[in-house]
Amino acid sequence: MRRFHWIVPFTAVGSLVFLYVPLLAVAVFSVNASRFGLTWQGFTLKWYQRLFANEQILEAAWNTLFLAGVSTVIATVLGTVLAIGLKRYPWSRRVYTLLDINLHLPVVTPEIVFAAALAVAFGLLRMVFSVFEPGMLNMIIGHVTFQVSFVALVVGARLASISTDIEEAARDLYADNAYIMRHVMLPLLKPGIVGGAMLAFTLSLDDFVISFFTAGPTSVTLPLYIYATVRRGVTPDIHALSTLALCVTVILVMISERVTRKTNKE
Amino acid sequence: MSSHHHLVWNGELTTRLRLIRRGMYLAAPGMLWILLFLALPSLLLIVVSMTTRGDYGQIEWVFSPDNFTRLLGFSSYGWSADYLWILFRSVWVAFWSTLICVLLAYPLCFHIANRAPEKRYFWLTLIIIPFWTNLVIRAYAWLLVLAPQLPFAKFAAVLGIIPEGSPLYPSAFAVYLGMVATFLPFVAMPLYANVEKLDWALVEAAKDLYAGRARIFWHAIWPQTVPGLSVGITLTFIPAMGMFVVPDLLGGAKYMLVGNLIQQQFGTSRDWPFGAAVSLALMVLTLVGLRVQRKHSGEGGVA
Repeated sequence: MRRFHWIVPFTAVGSLVFLYVPLLAVAVFSVNASRFGLTWQGFTLKWYQRLFANEQILEAAWNTLFLAGVSTVIATVLGTVLAIGLKRYPWSRRVYTLLDINLHLPVVTPEIVFAAALAVAFGLLRMVFSVFEPGMLNMIIGHVTFQVSFVALVVGARLASISTDIEEAARDLYADNAYIMRHVMLPLLKPGIVGGAMLAFTLSLDDFVISFFTAGPTSVTLPLYIYATVRRGVTPDIHALSTLALCVTVILVMISERVTRKTNKE
Repeated sequence: MSSHHHLVWNGELTTRLRLIRRGMYLAAPGMLWILLFLALPSLLLIVVSMTTRGDYGQIEWVFSPDNFTRLLGFSSYGWSADYLWILFRSVWVAFWSTLICVLLAYPLCFHIANRAPEKRYFWLTLIIIPFWTNLVIRAYAWLLVLAPQLPFAKFAAVLGIIPEGSPLYPSAFAVYLGMVATFLPFVAMPLYANVEKLDWALVEAAKDLYAGRARIFWHAIWPQTVPGLSVGITLTFIPAMGMFVVPDLLGGAKYMLVGNLIQQQFGTSRDWPFGAAVSLALMVLTLVGLRVQRKHSGEGGVA
């Protein structure tokens, strides 16, 4: 243990307090009996009970999970084969650079510009195909677009740590392409694929901006619902909902830490 | 390197053409997806930015540079700096938010790296949780904390900063609080990776040579943390410039940033051509930001 100037631990603990005070305030007010305003009126769990009776919230929760699930499956498949195709084949330098720029586009484009570009694209597509009305399809397409590149980057990083010798050894034993992919590459890439998929899923759950620009009236997700509600004012239902979301986040973080620590050991 | 010559690739006797074709089958679906739904729409944004808004909010395919002259402040009523001011303010807020995050992240990372190894995991989790907590919830949480009934606003009212019974939002102060809270984990996490692996022998050496605290930091610590810091700054500055949720909830019309301006054009104003022009301006600012950051992070930087 090193001894630092007192200002170091002071600022460190202060920063964490700063990060957690608002979250704790939300949790405290989620069990406050007062319907209006923010004065303490005693403990209650009725806001939580009301959540499960609120059709809109249940529908938003379902939409959020459906969107995240479907888009993660599509993005994980596309992103994994993309990473293998990009990293394991003899592309010329120039083509590789172009493909790499394309792959990084979703990561460097500011979210709001990305969302605006999608809104314009869907707006024009709508003139030809009516399926591109704002709604779940557009949201899935938008989410997959940014998830694909995160999955490909995570899987690509894992790929870089796997020597081509293994592939060569399999080839020497007369394994064909399909066999190598199924029984050599995919098992070795599994930690990367799982990590990429978890990242993609969480990014989708957390997304607000892309969803905001592509959602329709029947595809409201939880972040969109919370945003729309808090713009109208403070409600205890939202405190309960936010606290639950916070608990889910804490649990997911714990699980993902476990998983990554386990796969690192393997 | 001719394409019909045979070559051995990872133990396989094949030709370059066959390999490229197989690589293409694998990479094409994902690449085309990004091309179709981001690269091409971005180019479309350039085209749309030069069109005109119709009377009902539709796009009229009449091409003119009007949206850009409007962004620069020229209109039939004369010149006004409103839009330029919003652009400038976005860069300004992003800059100061990033700087404050960096200043807070160093002590935070040092403190965590200084815990016993088995306790670091717990402290690190304390940063990771807000990192993954939904942005809308976190921005709203600040709205709640700054409400008139809570001690912060009451205290500010006692000091005479705000009138009695009014909240601390919408204000520039609230926007900064929201921004720093949002992005602190984004700076701290990559920075911590470097701080944990810091070579303290260099610090000891600097101490032996009677270097003061500032010189120790500048010459023995800072250079070792440049890669992580550089990632953290990129992860903060770029999204901070285009941030929409935080200024929308905490700044309101009083402290509008470029993200809000873009949203407004695609929302209530229904002026897609102007919205596209503002988006392009933000894209240019982003590219300039990445450029500057890459230049200053030097060879050690990872961007």
